[in-house]
Amino acid sequence: MSSIVARGVSMVFETRNGEVRALDDVTVEVADADFVCIVGASGCGKSTLLNIMAGLIRPTAGTVEVGERPVEGPGVDRGMVFQSYTLFPWLHVRENVEFGPSLKGVSKAERRRTADRLLEEMGLVEFANAYPRELSGGMKQRVAIARALANDPEVLLMDEPFGALDALTRAGAQRFLTEIWEQHRRTIAFVTHDIDEAIYLGDTVYVMSRRPGRIREIVQVDISRPRSLDDIGTPRFAELKHHILSLIFEDEDQAGESAPAA
Amino acid sequence: MNTAERRDVKAPAPADRAGAGARRRPGFMARYLTPKEPIPRKVAAALAVSSFVIVIGIWSILSYGGFVRPYFLPGPWKVATALYNMFAHEGFAHDVWASFYRIGVGFLISAAIGIPLGIAIGSFRAIQAFFEPIIAAVRYMPASAFIPLLIIWFGIANTEKIAVIYIGVFFPLTLMVADVSANIPKELLNIAYTLGASRWQVFRRVLLPASWPGVLDNLRIGLGWAWTYLIVAELVAASTGIGHVILTASRFFQTEKIIAGIITIGALGLLTDAFFRWLYRVLFPYAERVGR
Repeated sequence: MSSIVARGVSMVFETRNGEVRALDDVTVEVADADFVCIVGASGCGKSTLLNIMAGLIRPTAGTVEVGERPVEGPGVDRGMVFQSYTLFPWLHVRENVEFGPSLKGVSKAERRRTADRLLEEMGLVEFANAYPRELSGGMKQRVAIARALANDPEVLLMDEPFGALDALTRAGAQRFLTEIWEQHRRTIAFVTHDIDEAIYLGDTVYVMSRRPGRIREIVQVDISRPRSLDDIGTPRFAELKHHILSLIFEDEDQAGESAPAA
Repeated sequence: MNTAERRDVKAPAPADRAGAGARRRPGFMARYLTPKEPIPRKVAAALAVSSFVIVIGIWSILSYGGFVRPYFLPGPWKVATALYNMFAHEGFAHDVWASFYRIGVGFLISAAIGIPLGIAIGSFRAIQAFFEPIIAAVRYMPASAFIPLLIIWFGIANTEKIAVIYIGVFFPLTLMVADVSANIPKELLNIAYTLGASRWQVFRRVLLPASWPGVLDNLRIGLGWAWTYLIVAELVAASTGIGHVILTASRFFQTEKIIAGIITIGALGLLTDAFFRWLYRVLFPYAERVGR
């Protein structure tokens, strides 16, 4: 296992209307086996940040390191799960999970063992030979998580993985992810705009402001693990939520005031 | 293990259907003319058959009723017997085969070059920048306008027909295949990169398989163009082929044979279309459905 650190990351996009500064000197540290959530309103650059950590986008400034190694591009040390359903539709569920290992030339028997073990954990054994289109949204995302885990990555990067799920499915998926995390103890960086989700899942919550995207505050979630749905009703949970919400809204209000002047 | 969300699955059926049924039996309009609502299979089949019946019915009234003179519009029966005689006594099968052969070769050459080139254009910006403008320009030059030139170059035998089909199919097909590859979601490629794929693996193991269904669909559409251009080429100059038979019949005022020829083309088009749809279902059982 390993930590992942994004240090002093800035991102400037060139558009027809000039430069847009999406990220401004953002530093996020996820310690080994830590679960960090990054929250912010849409357009705050949190997905861009995660894509930079994945090595899919090159930042304008700043560095990303996994352990001590600098990130030069995407790699098997960082598994990724996107919001949109990115399973390969032409592959069966098991073949989707085996995709990563098969790229490395892992033997058929071995990668099948890996895939079957993960599908067992995900409760999807009976769907091993189904095509992705036969699965519900929640099941698809579990397969996507299994596919990322099949490579045995040091870090999991999750970009609003449950964003497209309905509220009930999402609650199930969140509980499921905490179970997986407690078993596997991966380092996880998890991007979301759902504050409940961030508090429920994370050890630490990075709150982002937008335009340009900056880290507003780092909030420690001092709710003991293992957490359950009961924690969501506690005063401490409400307190944390209120605090994070006010950070985001304060930021919105300021943006609202300064916008006409600009 | 968490199985709580196992059953959440598919979106519920449109509520209005159940709701409408519960209130009272919907009227004719509501039942059959609600946008995008399915209708019973039997009704759909009956409607499909009745469209043919109506066309043949109007045709019969016009011809047998004496509204149109027979040498403008012979009756359905006369056309049917003409079709039978053409196949039985006049070697029409030979002409059909000649046309089929030209389509087959012209289409195969177009596909063999157009598919790889199209995928390359859709995938690699450098290749796109080089090929796309010239192909897009040629695309707007109608293949039929090339016929006189191609006759000078190749005469009126098979080579010229195949060249016409090639010009008519290759250019648009290449651009449509390029669109298919270009529209493969970037995230599908990105996820492969994060799983450790090299650029070549992303191309071979993601871009190609993701493109095949769209490619086959465009082949099906391209085959329709191939028929059009072939018949045009055969009408201009040919010694065999369905188009040639139609043109000859026209010279002798054998209207029934012209119509029989046109119907033959339609039937062949329908057959090849059905073949492609079948192929699509067999090759891509995971795909959602076939386009138009």
